[in-house]
Amino acid sequence: MIALLLGHPKARVGFAILIGFVLLGALGPWVVVDPLAYLARPHEPPSSAHWLGTTGQGQDVLAQLVGGTRVTLVVAFTVGVVVTVIGAIVGTTAAYFGGRIDDLLSLIINVFLVIPGLPLAVVIAAYMPASPFTITLVLVFTGWAWNARIVRSQALSLREREFVAAAIVGGESHVRVIVAEILPNMTSLLASCFISATVYALGAAVGLEFLGLGDIGMVTWGTTLYWANNDAALLTGAWWMFVPTGLCIALVGYALVLVNFVVDEVSNPRLRGEQHWRDVLGRTALTPMTATPVMRQP
Amino acid sequence: MRFVLRRLGFYVLAAWVAVTLNFLLPRIMPGDPASAMFARFQGQLQPEAVAALRETFGFTDASLAEQYWTYLVHMFHGDLGISIAYFPSPVVEVIGTGLFWTLVLAGSSLVVSFALGTLLGVLAAWHRTSAFGRLLPPLLLFVGAFPYFWLAMLALWLFGFTLGAFPLRHAYGEFVEPGWTLEFLASAIRHAILPATTIVLATMGNWLLRMRNNMTAVLGEDYIAFACAKGLPAGRILFHYAARNAMLPSMTGFGMALGLVVSGSLLTEIIFAYPGQGYLLIQAVRSQDFPLMQGVFLTITLAVLVANWLVDLAYVWLDPRMRSSG
Repeated sequence: MIALLLGHPKARVGFAILIGFVLLGALGPWVVVDPLAYLARPHEPPSSAHWLGTTGQGQDVLAQLVGGTRVTLVVAFTVGVVVTVIGAIVGTTAAYFGGRIDDLLSLIINVFLVIPGLPLAVVIAAYMPASPFTITLVLVFTGWAWNARIVRSQALSLREREFVAAAIVGGESHVRVIVAEILPNMTSLLASCFISATVYALGAAVGLEFLGLGDIGMVTWGTTLYWANNDAALLTGAWWMFVPTGLCIALVGYALVLVNFVVDEVSNPRLRGEQHWRDVLGRTALTPMTATPVMRQP
Repeated sequence: MRFVLRRLGFYVLAAWVAVTLNFLLPRIMPGDPASAMFARFQGQLQPEAVAALRETFGFTDASLAEQYWTYLVHMFHGDLGISIAYFPSPVVEVIGTGLFWTLVLAGSSLVVSFALGTLLGVLAAWHRTSAFGRLLPPLLLFVGAFPYFWLAMLALWLFGFTLGAFPLRHAYGEFVEPGWTLEFLASAIRHAILPATTIVLATMGNWLLRMRNNMTAVLGEDYIAFACAKGLPAGRILFHYAARNAMLPSMTGFGMALGLVVSGSLLTEIIFAYPGQGYLLIQAVRSQDFPLMQGVFLTITLAVLVANWLVDLAYVWLDPRMRSSG
């Protein structure tokens, strides 16, 4: 599947950006100066000594940006993985067993979906000790339902297929049918669930830390923005304190969205056919019709 | 009708879950935050008053079930406790001042974003081979990848601070008397433009993409090909045949997105010091004002539930099939 994805330029760009940031998070802290050290006068604009200027406390902004990458990415990806796993388990269980179990699980999923996540996350996080672990836990608690719902609806249609019926008649256990028959047929859906969950977690983690619910003594992208707001970066015109951090968040988010785009394109025959259709028509100098073509790739 | 009532039942249940979570959280968290919360009152109040407060909140030695009952009774009387940050105002009073502004800001930006994004999605699906259809969705997705509040910071710095074109904070001018006067409305609108625009920009991409995908699916249907073959004008096919049907899944998403948009607008409010729920929320976090935080959580949840129910009503109106079947 990875090879199929890499055939698309969009996915290549997305993967390149992601790998770049993962390397930055893994290796960066050894390259830059201590992000918490007070090195220069506060609120200094970018210069040759401090490429991205200094914070309101005279710390190096570039060092904070690089130093914050690791924790931020680890939190985002962990939430992404856990949320996808929970979503897969709850969603397939509900769809596979149906009846009362489905009613109950669907009800729980829907209740969690309809309660707004951020205010709930704030209330929970405020009662717990401030740390990246707390943020991860809170985001999993408030964010798992979306994936469970998506997985459930896909599993419902797989449940009706002959091969699932055959497996049940063949005497395979419930767990085996779910894990070996249903889940492998949803790989692309799970991949896209994981990506959306990671994007959500990235934004939400930064948002919570920005509110001051993270460990404000640590360096992460969210706390950097928290301090930028607290030290009145906006009212002193210190754009270098928040612009680079936001750009990094958006780049990671966008890279994930790009990959998701291609996952969609690869797994949705309608979207896959369209490019080929256009190529064929271009050769015969015809303009494509308005209706979406449905065709098999040669 | 049955559908509407069933949904109402569901929202009542969701509200009960939210209220119960609100009750349980301070009691199951490690480190007894309830005591920490009352410890903050200590300097300001007589010990007897603190004891009385404990009683009001239901933090007594009584069994959990009894505490729960006291709490529910207080909830029904609209008693959410006393705010610490705005001591000694009751939480309900403090929240009352902010709710109006949040509803205005989040509500209007949500409607604008949905309408604009959906319309652009229709056009992007129709012109999907042109530069417009190819470049707009990725561009808006990129904008949508920024955290809301970061876009707000950028907008505030660029248009408010550097260019001075828009006011920097609050919902209306300092010297304007609140009321239904032209002057006040003009000032309120001027203050709302920047925050609302950032929310619209950040959320529009999702609507566009969803609508474009629905549209591509609907445009592949036979009845569209038939309409094309009949020679109907493009505008009629687009809006009367395709868009109406493609909009239904977007409408279901509308209810779900509500919570997200409200969450995002809370953060945007903080940047603009817009006196809504978000601003109260950060005051509450800064001063560890747990009653206020929980009050904000409850009111926002209730508002979202009510709005969801209204969306369900709209859905029944849009989709005739819902009217006859359960």
